[in-house]
Amino acid sequence: MARSMFDARRRFLSEAGRMASVAGLAALWPALAGAQGKPMPVGFLYTGVRQDYGWNQSHTVAAQQISKLPGVKVFEQENVPETAECEKVMESMIRLDGAKVLFPTSFGYWPFILKVAPKYPDVLFVHAGGLWKDADPKNTIGYRGYMEEPHYLCGIAAGRMSKTGRIGFIGAKPLYFIFNNCNGFILGARSVNPKATCQVVITGDWNNPVKEAEAVNSLVDQGVDVVVGNCDSPKVVIETAERRGVYSCGYHTDLSSLAPKGFLTGAEWNWGKGADFVRAWQSKGRYPNLLRGGFKRDMVKLSPFGPAVPEGVRAEVLKARQAFADDKLALYHGPLRDNEGNVILKPGERIDNEDNKFKLGVNFLVEGAIGKTGLAR
Amino acid sequence: MRARAEAALITAGAVAAAFALFALFLLANGLNPLEVYAVLWLGGFGTSFSLQATLTQAAPLMLTALCVAVPARAGLLVIGGEGALVAGGVCAVLAGVALAGVPSALGTLLVCLAGAAAGAVWIGMAGALKHWRGVNETIATLLLNYIAIALMNHLVSGPIRDHAVSLKVTSWSIPESFMVQAIPGLGVHWGLVLGILACLAMHALLRYSVPGFAISVLGGNPRAALLVGLPIGRLMLLACGLGGAAAGLAGAIEIVAVHGAASSSLVVGFGYAGILVAFLSRQSPLAIVFFAVLVGGISASGGLMQRRFDMPDAATQVLQGVIFLCVLASNACYGRLRVFHPAAVPA
Repeated sequence: MARSMFDARRRFLSEAGRMASVAGLAALWPALAGAQGKPMPVGFLYTGVRQDYGWNQSHTVAAQQISKLPGVKVFEQENVPETAECEKVMESMIRLDGAKVLFPTSFGYWPFILKVAPKYPDVLFVHAGGLWKDADPKNTIGYRGYMEEPHYLCGIAAGRMSKTGRIGFIGAKPLYFIFNNCNGFILGARSVNPKATCQVVITGDWNNPVKEAEAVNSLVDQGVDVVVGNCDSPKVVIETAERRGVYSCGYHTDLSSLAPKGFLTGAEWNWGKGADFVRAWQSKGRYPNLLRGGFKRDMVKLSPFGPAVPEGVRAEVLKARQAFADDKLALYHGPLRDNEGNVILKPGERIDNEDNKFKLGVNFLVEGAIGKTGLAR
Repeated sequence: MRARAEAALITAGAVAAAFALFALFLLANGLNPLEVYAVLWLGGFGTSFSLQATLTQAAPLMLTALCVAVPARAGLLVIGGEGALVAGGVCAVLAGVALAGVPSALGTLLVCLAGAAAGAVWIGMAGALKHWRGVNETIATLLLNYIAIALMNHLVSGPIRDHAVSLKVTSWSIPESFMVQAIPGLGVHWGLVLGILACLAMHALLRYSVPGFAISVLGGNPRAALLVGLPIGRLMLLACGLGGAAAGLAGAIEIVAVHGAASSSLVVGFGYAGILVAFLSRQSPLAIVFFAVLVGGISASGGLMQRRFDMPDAATQVLQGVIFLCVLASNACYGRLRVFHPAAVPA
């Protein structure tokens, strides 16, 4: 009896020893794997399909750039809804794929990121949208480009190319960044053609191809001959414009292939900037938790010009881009009125391009806009 | 006993055949089926985390499968689980908003009941149309799916829309206190328990109660049911109502355990996947528990398959579709296997 108990204890001790050594090895394993140059998994979540000629595609472009970084392996998942489901997908990427950096690319993922991030402090969550606040987890990042700057450049091209002096802007929602983009488009156009006007249509939906096509048709019927669409995927806007024989500008990503004749240029995100965060996380370096910027910080891009744009206009557009990059051109500068006649900026007043407080509060359309914000003020 | 063994063997054979067929599809796409199936296992069952995801998927599937299985016992082919789930979800939200201030447990209970009632009415409508107007219940329930989704889209984009949420079209949210948490230690919400309980309850009802037996008689031979004087109309409505209540409850659970508000996120195909689960289970509520987990696992592994093999998002749905076809085709095998019917097949 005593003998067998002794045996049992001895067996227990040897088992425990073996288990401890296994556990030690297991604990060492990630370090060993890292030392052997196992690539760091980076996950991308999209709310729709990757090839959507819009928001998701702009992130796919970034995913491709990031996948080329040394020691990084990218994997992607489409059609992840902005519900608790995306929490599951993030956790699945972390637990089953070993992801160390996640790019949940849809705006609506943010509240779920805030729930998951504290549980996984060794994982970096990079969100497309400048929502990060001081109290939010340090392993989360919000980044977003000032798309009004490339819209300004599109506006220059539109102002120069429009024969009627009437351009059109189709926006999804009455939100500050849509107003900023719209204002940029108008200010750009009026910088080269002070008489230009812009019809503004807010569809109310991020994704409503029927309304978007109707909007283009009705704008063209009213004499508008350049349009830009700010919705999830401006594919329908650009294709309808091409069919109606008018010019169009792109949004989100390079859409020049959709309109071989009428495409002028387009406003693109440079989400590839996210590579900096991946490198910083890889090397345990520093990174900002909130990053907003325009051409100066390389956060936005301009699409290639379409064949319709003559050399002189291209030069003019590129000059303005350089001016943004050099901080010599302020998008909002006085004198500036909104389209209801209220003074926004007095002569000589100048809003810094990185003045987030001003830009996040934009709830007006500048002079030259025909249409309403739809906001009660 | 022999019949049950036959069913088990044929269903297993059908599922195996489906996996074999899907393997051909994978090979044609240049993928190694064994690797893909290994990842499917990993994503659906391989780790505790995967199992959690699988069980979370399985919970609503059990209830939407009941929406097919219970009316099927009465001889009705109802495929309206998706619509009943949506109707249940919307009514759950309405009830939740209206009941703000009620103690939390009571509120949750009432919200769930509201969802179940809405689902019962939704599928009950198809039963009523069938009984009084002779409208085909399959077509009616299929079309009711579209009506429910359209109604929800209308409501959430206008009358009950939460305008404070600007980036997403969603309804008002139910009070936070009505939301149910995960089962401690399991990481799966209480809907799983409700789903299993509902399956057990339906099993008991159909097997041991008088109305349950009457429903089976109706399903087995409507003329006989009529001859013995069973209230056919009421039984049909009962079967439809019970099935609809289950799917409506699934919608309410999605609201109180996951979303908190109605939106297009409710329409993710649980109703249609429930049809597959019901057919795999041969309309047996007990078998539904098992097959809901199997189908839930396939769904849960979809993301991982997509990530590892760059397969399209719909790949796991293709697999589910192939399984469904194989199960339907396998019906031809019943009565033809000599093992189970030595005398039936002439030598």
